[in-house]
Amino acid sequence: MSLLIASKIQNNPKYLQLVKRRDTLSWTLSAAVCLMYFGFILLIAFAPEVITQPISNTSVIPLGMLLGVGVIVASALLTGIYVFKANGTFDPIVREIVEEASK
Amino acid sequence: MKNCPATLLSLLALLVSGASQAADTVSSAVVSAVAPASAVVAAAVPAAEPPLNWNAIVMFLLFVGVTLIITYWAATRTKTATDFYAAGRGVTGLQNGMAIAGDYMSAASFLGIAALVYMNGFYGLIFSVGWLVGWPIILFLVAERLRNLGKYTYADVVSFRLQQGPIRVMAAVSSLIVVIWYLIGQAVGAGQLLHTLVPQISYVQAIVVVGALIITYVTFGGMKATTWVQIIKAGLLLGGATMMALGVMSHEGFSFEKLFSDAVAIHPKHLDIMKSVVPIGAKANPIESISLGLTLMFGTAGLPHILMRFFTVTDAKAARKSVLYGTCFIGFFYILTFIIGFGAIVLVANQPAYVADLSKSILALKGGGSMPAVYLSHALGGDFFLGFIAAVAFATILAVVSGLTLAGASALSHDIYASVIKKGKASEKEEVWVSKMSVIGLGVVAVLLGIAFEKQNVAYIVALTFSIAACTNFPILVLSIFWRGLTTRGAVLGGYTGIIGSIGLLIIGPTVWTKVLAMGPAIFPYDFPTFVVLPTVLIVAYIASITDNSESGKKEKEAYDAQLIRAETGLGAEAAASH
Repeated sequence: MSLLIASKIQNNPKYLQLVKRRDTLSWTLSAAVCLMYFGFILLIAFAPEVITQPISNTSVIPLGMLLGVGVIVASALLTGIYVFKANGTFDPIVREIVEEASK
Repeated sequence: MKNCPATLLSLLALLVSGASQAADTVSSAVVSAVAPASAVVAAAVPAAEPPLNWNAIVMFLLFVGVTLIITYWAATRTKTATDFYAAGRGVTGLQNGMAIAGDYMSAASFLGIAALVYMNGFYGLIFSVGWLVGWPIILFLVAERLRNLGKYTYADVVSFRLQQGPIRVMAAVSSLIVVIWYLIGQAVGAGQLLHTLVPQISYVQAIVVVGALIITYVTFGGMKATTWVQIIKAGLLLGGATMMALGVMSHEGFSFEKLFSDAVAIHPKHLDIMKSVVPIGAKANPIESISLGLTLMFGTAGLPHILMRFFTVTDAKAARKSVLYGTCFIGFFYILTFIIGFGAIVLVANQPAYVADLSKSILALKGGGSMPAVYLSHALGGDFFLGFIAAVAFATILAVVSGLTLAGASALSHDIYASVIKKGKASEKEEVWVSKMSVIGLGVVAVLLGIAFEKQNVAYIVALTFSIAACTNFPILVLSIFWRGLTTRGAVLGGYTGIIGSIGLLIIGPTVWTKVLAMGPAIFPYDFPTFVVLPTVLIVAYIASITDNSESGKKEKEAYDAQLIRAETGLGAEAAASH
């Protein structure tokens, strides 16, 4: 990568915006996963009676089981959201930035 | 490649002949050199010699045959270093997603989570969840940036703008510790599993077979063969686990309510298995739960053989997609293992055919703690299905060991030999040659350590490998990508703090100090040290970096802009090979 291209990219407002948007999305989604997961872990650690209560009077299934499976499914969904956003929104912007810089 | 048929033949001989004279002589020589353990495992072998498990052997040989053909195919297409380390960067997103799942769904997570659920019920789910949530983090923070910045190892990324020597030594040390300990765990598991299933093959023979096969796969076929072994194994494992879960659910009339009530009725702890937030019998310990959670999540994101997979794909987009596919496969698989564990309580516990001694415990099985999933396959589909699942479990170990060996070998050849010793002046040919020698070396080390650790309590291995990965590789990698201020001094001091801190606290912790060394109550009362070590590493790396006023430190901070452009746009990233 030549210095000229680098400086062109560096000064392209689209690039600065891209970095900001992608970082925001990355860290927001990471925070969401951590919140979910550590919420689950903290319930296990400090409120086991909540996690272990059955989902209904006639059931043996504890609430924690649904929450745990929920965390797995939600993680897969958030992964999908990021891939969708990155492929659909960020990749075209990256292509534009690179094309503009190589002109 | 001309050695391939000979290797195959000798393996066939080893496998089929129950008491091959030659193999016995070789292996007992190896054993006596390494450990006082005898080649015969007394425990777990029933008094009467059971008939040879032909189903398992035929299916296992079929897998070995197919993978050796693939290895031959891959060997003819592996010419450059990029082919060898990164499969020519031609792996698609879906293929890599399968391979990621193959690398990650080890026998420990298949047999291990099922066994945890079988013994403790709900508690096993904590592991399933913890081992999955690392994946979104890998995607959001590292996957595509790793692809854009690196070449063959994650140390490429950390040393992108930092000093090559000290960074690569630190990264290689932590990678090798993780790889070698992970290898020991897998080798011991392989030996015990194969020996239990086919008692005519001794523990030592089983480990030697594993060692010989993975050396063949990796030295000849490199990353291409390794990737395809992973893909096939992932397909087999997902298929096998799905059939088992379907078998369990059809036995229970496709009602989860019935499955769980039946399990509660049969398990000796009854309703406690639905309330187990810690292993049954253990005291609740909030800090331990949190530390376990941290270790599982961030350890995943720091395993060198997992990170290496991102260099095999064509571009950042494929890296991204592969995590999505991988996460879906792994999440699905973990939900299946949970069903399998409960299914084993219903169908395997209390059955005289599987339980070691009904008068003592209705849970303890013949062949040891990792057997519930294996016996469940027998309860569902007889000898044929047992043979299939046994072959799948063994294939799983082979595939995971191959991936690990390649990751360890690239740390030795690419980081230590080519970058540190030869200072980047080694030719590609030399580097690949050193890599192949490292594969053979690591394979032999894994076999010898697997034999030496036969009778050892290896329960701490997961804690050890995941702790080092979570406390060293993961934080240093993320800091180097996202924090302009990180300097070589910060990364190196932080990295060694992670390595020494995790190992030190594990040694004085309950698993090693009390159970392995029998030194009495542990000095550090927690099994997982991550909750102390991870923040310490971040603090050390931060302070050592901001107080670094050296000229080189200043340059490293300035070089961040160029690194960021490449990480974000992929400009200058390693291209996919044309062939």
